[in-house]
Amino acid sequence: MKPPPFEYYAPTTVEEALVHLSEHGYDAKALAGGQSLIPTMNFRLAQPSVLVDLNNVSELFYIRPDENGGLRLGAMTRHFQVERSSLVSERTPLIYEAMPKIATPQIRSRGTFGGSIAHADPSAELGAISIALGGRFRLRNQTGERWVPANEFFIGMFTTLLEPDELLVEASFPNMPPRTGWALQEVARRPNDFALVGVAAVVTLDKKNQCQKARIVFLSVGDGPVEAHRAAETLTGQTLTPEIIHAAAETAATADIDPGSDIHASAEYRRHLAGVLTRRALDLAFERAKGRG
Amino acid sequence: MRHLFDVGVTVNGNRYERTVEPRLLLSDFLRHDLGLTGTHVGCEHGVCGSCTILFDGQPVRSCLMFAVQANGHEILTVEGLGTPEDLHPLQEAFWEAHSVQCGFCTPGILMTLVPFLEENPNPNEDEIRAAISGNLCRCTGYQHIVDGVKLAAQKMSA
Ligand SMILES: Cc1cc2nc3c(=O)[nH]c(=O)nc-3n(C[C@H](O)[C@H](O)[C@H](O)COP(=O)(O)OP(=O)(O)OC[C@H]3O[C@@H](n4cnc5c(N)ncnc54)[C@H](O)[C@@H]3O)c2cc1C
Ligand code: FES
Ligand code: FES
Repeated sequence: MKPPPFEYYAPTTVEEALVHLSEHGYDAKALAGGQSLIPTMNFRLAQPSVLVDLNNVSELFYIRPDENGGLRLGAMTRHFQVERSSLVSERTPLIYEAMPKIATPQIRSRGTFGGSIAHADPSAELGAISIALGGRFRLRNQTGERWVPANEFFIGMFTTLLEPDELLVEASFPNMPPRTGWALQEVARRPNDFALVGVAAVVTLDKKNQCQKARIVFLSVGDGPVEAHRAAETLTGQTLTPEIIHAAAETAATADIDPGSDIHASAEYRRHLAGVLTRRALDLAFERAKGRG
Repeated sequence: MRHLFDVGVTVNGNRYERTVEPRLLLSDFLRHDLGLTGTHVGCEHGVCGSCTILFDGQPVRSCLMFAVQANGHEILTVEGLGTPEDLHPLQEAFWEAHSVQCGFCTPGILMTLVPFLEENPNPNEDEIRAAISGNLCRCTGYQHIVDGVKLAAQKMSA
């Protein structure tokens, strides 16, 4: 189908984009890569009467190191740029490893980091990963800006703390401490389709190889990214033996999540996958943590 | 409020100037306004891949862009790949390996594979299958397409 008519603005600065958003409120939508917004407009599931195209806002396209060893991504940085960045692979290897799993190359050519975060699809890899890495997002409106931690940003199905007059302008990720390992595991029907279940794990070990901190975050099992707090707690202070990891994966799959059924997978199958994938993710994250002295 | 926008775009080396409504999809612009019907449209939600074109050298879904966004940019469609007298080596390989049945998916698959083969001149079968995983073909079962890509890789490195 074809999208209904809309007013179109193509600002070249964030300032100017914010003027349009504040003027039109709930009637307006930002247009980033369009890879989620345009399909919903083509099917008339979304009918914004104003589009504010961010594709000419050059200040939103960047991948930058930050002085503390972390990484900053401008909201309009496209998936294919993140996928090819050596800085991303050094500083946030979890993001680097996830990129080829996000949609097809043709979609990664246009889709953006900020668009994926703002869209808040419960099946999106980048939301779950941002939480696992302790990331933060910078939101701006005409009067100022605020920083929101990734684990507070997602509040429901396709819903975030973003107000209609706000833009997500940047994602920021802290330096990964030494002896930190990471992994993303997922099952999808085709290599770069949305996952039936996915899980990101980040584990930091102390000098005695005991788990100092663990973060486990699921995608595709709820209304947004779901953090497995109970499972992560069982790991803290422990030596990560196969038994401990196995038990944590059990806890994650049974106590931390409540997946739903749809035509792609039953709730029961999702739970099964969640257990297996968590075990694999923790094994790999643990191995990698030991290797990063 | 402006209802119409001027678009100046280079497609297959030719310069075009048109006036469009912002809601006009790039796929429809290519097909209806420019008459370049080689770019096919299957689903209009980014899943089938038949509308794939090169936008500033990158493979993109033309059904997931608005024509107005192409202003000042460069596009390559299947019409610009080769001519019947002078086929692109990938087209030649598809012909020889019987990679085409009804042909509906073919333009999108060709436009997906041109940049893929530039980056991966010697792909293995898994890489080829992953590269075309965003393109649906209802006819071939993909086997002959994979054969065609292997043949093209040989031709292009020869
Ligand atoms: C066939 C297909 C398969 C896909 N598979 C996957 C997958 O496996 N995993 C995955 O994670 N994603 C997948 N995607 C989605 C893809 O990653 C999208 O690119 C992404 O979700 C949205 O990014 P975008 O830049 O295209 O945003 P758009 O579509 O432009 O925007 C999405 C929403 O976010 C809002 N928005 C965008 N940018 C901002 C901003 N800076 N500030 C405030 N609001 C903003 C828009 O107003 C809109 O509501 C798939 C998409 C398709 C079509
Ligand atoms: S028509 Fe564009 S992907 Fe199907
Ligand atoms: S040849 Fe018919 S769809 Fe591919």
